Amino acid sequence: MGGERNRNVSDNNAVTGGVIKYARDNIDTDVIIPGQYLKIHDYAELATHAMEGLDGDFHSKAKNASFIVAGRNFGCGSSREHAPIALAHSGIKAVAALSFARIFYRNAVDGAFLLPIEIGEDAYEGTGEGDVVTIDVKAGQMRNETTGRRYEIKPFSEIIGKIIEAGGLFRYGMQQKQQKQQQQQQGS
Amino acid sequence: MNLVERILARASGRSSVSPDDVVFAKVDRAMLHDVSGPGVIKVFERIAGQGIPTDRLWDPDRVWVAEDHFVPSAEKISAENIARLSEFTSRYGIKNHFRYGMGQYGICHTISHEEAMVMPGDVYVGGDSHTNTTGALGAFACGLGHTDMAYVLLNGQIWFKVPETMYFRLNGRLPSHVMAKDFILKIIGDIGTDGGAYRTMQFGGTGIEEMSLEGRLTLCNMTTEAGAKNGIVRPDQKTVAYLEERMSGAGREAAKVSLGRGGADYSEPDGADSDYAAVYEYEASELEPVVAEPFSPENTRPVSEAPSVELDKSYIGSCTGAKYEDLEAAARILKGRKVRIRTEVLPAAISIYRRAMESGLLKIFLDAGAMVGPPTCGACCGAHMGVLGKDEVCISTTNRNFPGRMGHVESRTYLASPMVAAASAITGRITDPREIVHAA
Repeated sequence: MGGERNRNVSDNNAVTGGVIKYARDNIDTDVIIPGQYLKIHDYAELATHAMEGLDGDFHSKAKNASFIVAGRNFGCGSSREHAPIALAHSGIKAVAALSFARIFYRNAVDGAFLLPIEIGEDAYEGTGEGDVVTIDVKAGQMRNETTGRRYEIKPFSEIIGKIIEAGGLFRYGMQQKQQKQQQQQQGS
Repeated sequence: MNLVERILARASGRSSVSPDDVVFAKVDRAMLHDVSGPGVIKVFERIAGQGIPTDRLWDPDRVWVAEDHFVPSAEKISAENIARLSEFTSRYGIKNHFRYGMGQYGICHTISHEEAMVMPGDVYVGGDSHTNTTGALGAFACGLGHTDMAYVLLNGQIWFKVPETMYFRLNGRLPSHVMAKDFILKIIGDIGTDGGAYRTMQFGGTGIEEMSLEGRLTLCNMTTEAGAKNGIVRPDQKTVAYLEERMSGAGREAAKVSLGRGGADYSEPDGADSDYAAVYEYEASELEPVVAEPFSPENTRPVSEAPSVELDKSYIGSCTGAKYEDLEAAARILKGRKVRIRTEVLPAAISIYRRAMESGLLKIFLDAGAMVGPPTCGACCGAHMGVLGKDEVCISTTNRNFPGRMGHVESRTYLASPMVAAASAITGRITDPREIVHAA
């Protein structure tokens, strides 16, 4: 489901890659994928317009990067699922930000497109453009391999953790259904 | 429990819920449009490939569909999306499909109240961030993405973390030159674009009791710009009258609108301040016309302190700022005057367009020199029909002004009330409506 990308992160528990840093708050869905492209539903084509409203060099940077690091309220604005889709299909495995807007966060997790990682000011300030970092969800850590510094990441809430582990909302729903059936069989 | 907690407890079959509880809530109404519909179709195709059944919806009678973002179609991709949407609704037996050019149509959030598609106490979800709008009818109304909407369509429920509620109390009636839009812009300026993040924004107090349903809709609409999960107003007799009028107008059997679901009465007075995570007090008499400067809805300042900017265009449209009362307010300013800049008026639904035609508002706009266009999300989301070019400056009754929102990334949008947008259309610069009215 989705990009299968966050499954890589959760299965291996750690992924290493380069960073694209946007040192700003409120990166909104209108710059992540401008409104004129909402009519497009081909994921690969959407990816070609990712970050078009903010950064014309995004795609050349994304060739060597797996992560975006940004400030507060990442993904604010519209409910367009095109936003996490366009980033994931440009090769972004996780966005590490000080905070996220709620629909972007849900879309990233429920569609299993990428991981929204909440970081603190220390990690935000201590991570620069082009740094190589490792995000280790199980250890609750983001390690900056370039500087050697380690930062704590905010743990996922219980439901979010379970959906990520299952590989998206539909897979989570199937698991729940199967568990219920097993319980009923055992009970009868 | 406060209002949202009561609704979510009822919908999740619990006797009570508290903030941060995760619940799977039964959905009463679900909405898709010509962007989220094709998005959901795509999700259906993907999950069908993984063996998840997609052959029937949980309840097609609880699903409704609007065509609004890219209509009338400007090019072939949009036209094809409309065709796919039609194929989807006929395949799954969705009867409530508001097609453009076939009777009632308009912006989905406007249809939600014009056609009484949502009732007090409902859990209502839509594939659009401004689904929050409809909370003004006393519903829990929340926007979701495509995967979540696909899940709702197949399962009839979805997970929510029960939100904390911020309560905004308005004391007294808004002055005649101040609109609900000014009040919500003021709030967003005070709390910021993530000031309501993950929370409910509830509006109450004497100023809200006196406010029309359309004013309340404007408030709830822009809770989205504060990052809120939903906006809500306690339903009252005004809500009932508003909905019953529209239901009988649409020829639907004379259903009695109730103030809650399952015997609940959600019109009970808002509880003590201790029911809310935070309480904010505003005195209506102290409020004044406000604009939000580029490039964020939180960059607010009173119109009286706005910079002298030469405008290229005034845009009076969208679910936020082109309801009937919005048009009426703009027409009061424009009547007998001429616009100095390009002015585009796009009523938010055909039912509103018709009323504005019958009551003479459209003639006022045309006499002033403005263009009157069809209902569409259009330029509000930079889609088509009036988008901005490089360096163009617009004053707009819409809801967002992020870079590129209405077109070119180097265009600039000032968000304002319909009265301010109309006054500014006459002068060509950001103008307090009192300047125009006093000059008369």
